[in-house]
Amino acid sequence: MTSETREIVHDQHAHPGWKFYLMIGVILIGFTVLEIIGYVGETKGWYSAGAAAAIILVLSAVKFFSVVAYYMHLKFDNKLFTGIFVFPAVLATLVIGGMILLFHVVHGEATAIHPTLTSNEAIHGASTNPSPGPR
Amino acid sequence: MDSSHALADHAAHPAHIDTSTGLDSRKMAFWTFIGSECLLFGSLIATYMAYKGRSIKPPYPHDITINGVHHEGMLNIPLTSFSTFILLMSSVAMVFALYNVQRGDRKGSTIWLLLTALGGSIFLGCQVFEFTEFYHEGLTLQSNLFGSTFFLLTGFHGAHVTVGVIYLITLAVMSMRGRIGPERTLNVEIAGLYWHFVDVIWIVIFPLVYLIK
Repeated sequence: MTSETREIVHDQHAHPGWKFYLMIGVILIGFTVLEIIGYVGETKGWYSAGAAAAIILVLSAVKFFSVVAYYMHLKFDNKLFTGIFVFPAVLATLVIGGMILLFHVVHGEATAIHPTLTSNEAIHGASTNPSPGPR
Repeated sequence: MDSSHALADHAAHPAHIDTSTGLDSRKMAFWTFIGSECLLFGSLIATYMAYKGRSIKPPYPHDITINGVHHEGMLNIPLTSFSTFILLMSSVAMVFALYNVQRGDRKGSTIWLLLTALGGSIFLGCQVFEFTEFYHEGLTLQSNLFGSTFFLLTGFHGAHVTVGVIYLITLAVMSMRGRIGPERTLNVEIAGLYWHFVDVIWIVIFPLVYLIK
């Protein structure tokens, strides 16, 4: 199939009606409410911070894909648009994941909150140069 | 498909675009722009996440006890939940705006575009209130790592919402004057892509900044 025929076939695809889009909106609101319940549950000690984070992240991922697939029409549009969006989105996710891994998992202990360190020292390690005295 | 069939199809579909991909260049360019925006927000979110919980002096985002001293969290979850709800509803309104433009309903498309812009404006109002409150409570760009990364990330998002509101109001005025019809659906579709992208970014920011401690 050539790109021209693909475009024509795309034009012929029936997009969902307004009721479908309204239903997606209701689902988005419902999932946001569940996210907030996840936060409240963690605050009240119903479950651990890790469990709450997992619940909230899964719900937000579903919301993300719902908006991108249906409201931004990627599910119905040409696959080239999906590629143009997904490639940088995956790169961004990897960067975020990499930074979390570096700063909170691999290097977590060294950068933990310490009351005697300055913010710069907390991140880069304690300074070895004595601070200059008043002149 | 041979050339005669292609020509016949072309004649039957005058809206078809003659580009090497067969896709509209404006839409292609806009998706590329959205892709670059993904990387921009990815870097801002990565910076926030790297420094999350690294502030060594108050104010802190969430309630925390350090060395026996309890510190009240700064973030106002009820207010932000409300603004998140409004932003999601504005995305639904944007879908209805596009639906009305495709149907050629001038009045309907104007109303839905204005409602979308109103949703964005309420979201911005909540953000201005939040930022002002934070400033009065001592959280600024310079106060600590939380302040720097928080204002940078949410401020950039707010700037995008502001641009979106101006974009939508412009389209609503054009629609009111009869300059947006079914033949110009793509103009509204591209505005919709921008608006939904702003919504998608908030869908990521809201849990990472506000809900996960």
